[in-house]
This record gives sequence, C-alpha cells and structure tokens, in this order.
Amino acid sequence: MSKFSLLSKKDKKLLSDPLDDNNPITVQVLGICSALAITVKLKPAVVMAISVLAVLTVGNVIVSLMRKMIPSRIRIIVFLVVIATLVILVDQILKAYVYDVSKELSVFVGLIITNCIIMGRFEAFALANPPYKAFLDGVGNSFGYGVILIVVAFFRELLGSGTLYGYPVLKNLGIYEVGYENNGMMILPPMALITVGILIWWQRARNEKLIEEK
Amino acid sequence: MQDLANIFIKSIFIDNMVFAYFLGMCSYLAISKTVKTGLGMGAAVIFVLGITVPINYLLENYILQEGALKWLNPDFESVDLSFLSFIMFIAVIASMVQLVEMLVEKFLPSLYSSLGIFLPLIAVNCAILGGSLFMQERAYNDIVEATVFGLGSGVGFFLAIVGIAAIREKIRYSNVPPALRGLGITYIITGLMGIAFMSFMGIKL
Repeated sequence: MSKFSLLSKKDKKLLSDPLDDNNPITVQVLGICSALAITVKLKPAVVMAISVLAVLTVGNVIVSLMRKMIPSRIRIIVFLVVIATLVILVDQILKAYVYDVSKELSVFVGLIITNCIIMGRFEAFALANPPYKAFLDGVGNSFGYGVILIVVAFFRELLGSGTLYGYPVLKNLGIYEVGYENNGMMILPPMALITVGILIWWQRARNEKLIEEK
Repeated sequence: MQDLANIFIKSIFIDNMVFAYFLGMCSYLAISKTVKTGLGMGAAVIFVLGITVPINYLLENYILQEGALKWLNPDFESVDLSFLSFIMFIAVIASMVQLVEMLVEKFLPSLYSSLGIFLPLIAVNCAILGGSLFMQERAYNDIVEATVFGLGSGVGFFLAIVGIAAIREKIRYSNVPPALRGLGITYIITGLMGIAFMSFMGIKL
C-alpha cells in the first residue's frame, strides 16, 4: 500500500529540504533582493510569499512540461517569458483585489521576474525533472522562502512598530506604560540584513554541516 | 544642469540600489569575493543600466503609457498598454545584454575577457530591471534625466560592490565565529554599510 502513497520518501525530501538544509535564502543565496525589501510589515511579506509560491510552482510545472522542447541556447529567454507572463497575472490580480498592498509592494512584484530563486529553480531543477517532482520542488522552495520572509517580518514589525499584522500587540499588553519605546531602527532597511545575518548565524550554529570552510 | 547633478548624486548615495532597495543583492553577494571581480561586475552594471534605462524610457513614453500611442494615430488615445511593461522591459534588457555582449566581444576583446562571465549574469540582475521600474514609477521629465538616473544607479552599485569586496578580502584574516563565517558576516557588514549610507538621507537636494 505504501508503494502507492502520494508522497514517496524522496518526494518528502523535496518538500522538507528547502525548509532547512537547502533553504533558498540562507543557504542557496537566492531571491534575497525582494526578501529584504518588503519585510517591514507582516502583511506585504505574506502577500509576497504567496505570490512567489504561485509563480514558482506554476512556472516550475510549465518549464518541466516543456523541458524537452526548449533549446538550451535560448532557455534564459524562454524562462523570462514564462516568468514575466505569470508575474503580470499576479500583478493584475493583486491590483484588482488588494490594491493597498500592491501599492506597498510597488516595484517588487515586478521584480519577482528577476528574483533569482525562480530562475535558479528552473535551471537547477525543473529543466531536468518531471512535472510532479517540479511541482513539489516549487512548493518546498517557496515555503523555505516564505518562512524566512515571515520570521524576519515578524521581528521587524514587532520591534519596529509594536504591531503584528497591523494589530497593536504591544499597546494592548500595556508595555508602553512601563517605559518601552519602539525601536525605529528596525524599520530602516539595513536592519533587515542584520536580522537575516543573525538568522543565518542561529541556523548554522544549530546545523553544523552548513558551516562554510575558511 | 543642476537638476541633473541632483538626480545623479541622489541615485548614487541616497537611493543607492544596494543599500536602500536591496536590488542586485544576489550578484552582489556572489561576486564580491575579490576586488578584481567586483570591479568587473560593477563596470558591467553601470554600462548596462546606462543603456537600458533610456531605451525603456522611450518604450514607456511612446508605446506603453496610456495615450502614448497618440503619435501613431489619434484614435489610439485611450489605449493603455502599461500592463505589458514587465515583459517589454525584460525583453529589452535580455536582448540588449546579448547585443552588448556580442559587440564587446567583437570590438573590445580585452574588456570582454575581463567582463566575460558577468555580462550574461546581468540579464537576471534585479538592479537592472529595478532601474527601469523605478524610472517608470518616478516619471522623469525627459530622456536625459532618465539616462543620468541610470548611470547614477550603476555608479551606486559599483561603489557598493567594490566596497564590500575590499572588506571581504581583509576579513579573511580575522577570526569570525564559525557559524557566521562567509555568508552571515557578509550580511551583517552590508547592514552596517547600509546604516552608514543612511546618513546621506539628511541631505536635501
């Protein structure tokens, strides 16, 4: 019976690897540009994570279906066309349903096109694997990406503006009356880099095989 | 003239591509191990941004914007193609990069051998597409302003990548905690450099 289960052991690995051992942001160093810029608040980070999930999963399946037809010399252009089409769709949907978030993300929706995580997964995985595996890889990697995005945004919003998803947590807890003040530094762009740096530090201290050689 | 100087300085220091918007981070982190490669990458980015931003400016103003097709036929006044801008911009960038690569290979072989691998990489560098998208968002008045903005952003990226490469060359001799070695410390240094660059924000231009 287990032979016919939906996810074989290998498939499970495809899903779980990008969450830790092979995380797109902290290990593969892909897709950092957008990850850092939109993590001031949780809401745009969640929207971004979902957009990347949609584009990467669908794109991975499309490229995987076409993998035998794409001449390797012009594959980059083919990738760009697939990605750009999907991103235009996502952009129009965001504009139609969550206009305020779409304004906040501004150019970064467009920049999903050049988000290296998508190009990188197409090149490294979808081009050599069947659609179902590519689908799982897309889901796994976008979750790995989304997790980092949401963790970083969580700390930056909590410490920087004292809210979570727009909800004034710290105010309701009454922490301000004790004399606590928001750390305005966390809202500034450089703190995103330092937060990710600390995340990497924590991850590698825990998972020693990721430590780089000198 | 003063406006142009303002745009130039602003795009280098205040709206620095790397430190203020995190664009081009991937290549910034991957290609900053030595100053030499950093110089090559930085020069290539200045070059490509200086070419693609004005071209996309023309595209935006004569084809894509609402009513931009008026010059062709007054009936097209209500046509709005701006939803196509992503795909048009990226197509222009990818083909320009290819073209520039071929021209440089033919006429300047010594430059080609030093830029070599970086040119194709630039097509997927978010700083380039970001340059075009910011140009679209900020609606510059004419093509000269757009070009100056493109060049300025390129110079900003150049400064950032050469700076971090120099620091990374030196940091090899210091004792970084093992878990922070490599990627982690580079992030934190970039953050500190970003804080330094934030001091330019006070400048009113």
